[in-house]
Amino acid sequence: MSTDMALWQEIVLAVFLVTAGIFGLVGSFGLIKLPDPMTRLHAPTKATTLGVGGVLIASMLYFFFAKGHLSFHELMITLFLFLTAPITAHFLAKANLHTNVARDEVPPPTGDRPWAGFESDEARRIAEEQASKGA
Amino acid sequence: MILTYALIFTTGCFALALLMNLWRVVSAPGVPDRILALDTMVINFIAILVLYGIIEGTAVYFEASILIAMVGFISTVAYARFMLRGNIIE
Repeated sequence: MSTDMALWQEIVLAVFLVTAGIFGLVGSFGLIKLPDPMTRLHAPTKATTLGVGGVLIASMLYFFFAKGHLSFHELMITLFLFLTAPITAHFLAKANLHTNVARDEVPPPTGDRPWAGFESDEARRIAEEQASKGA
Repeated sequence: MILTYALIFTTGCFALALLMNLWRVVSAPGVPDRILALDTMVINFIAILVLYGIIEGTAVYFEASILIAMVGFISTVAYARFMLRGNIIE
């Protein structure tokens, strides 16, 4: 680690790093602390992603200040994480709906089709109805 | 000097976060919570890897962190998909 940086550069990096560390810690603490599975989805997918984004931006600035060239690798990882975190949250919410929530507990969808998480249940119900009609 | 302390603080924060996640993986009430804790562990580990890159002053660890980000995302989606459908690729 080189220390031949101006004071203001170190302060900028320290602000980014400390903010990122607090966000990461809050995200993981929320994973333990929050009361039910759907609220627990929020803490890691939002706070922790922001924390990692802060660390990656600090890393980008560090290599710009220390070596003098701006690299965009970190921005690529940040972009990737910011794109994938909502997808992960969506998949986990659907898995959670599938395991912990009954089909009748959710409000009805607006279209003709059932909620995607319960599509297989609905298909089985229709198949059973048709089988009982045929019998 | 400030930067050194900030790096120590942030590494400590993320290490504590990893420990919390590990505890969560062991003692979660349901399977989706375990998957979520594993996903959070991957994200925190990327942060620790990037911080180690800053401490060492090399850019070698970015490739590793990109790979870990991709593998972590794919494995989380695969776990969730397996829970949802009982199958990963239909």
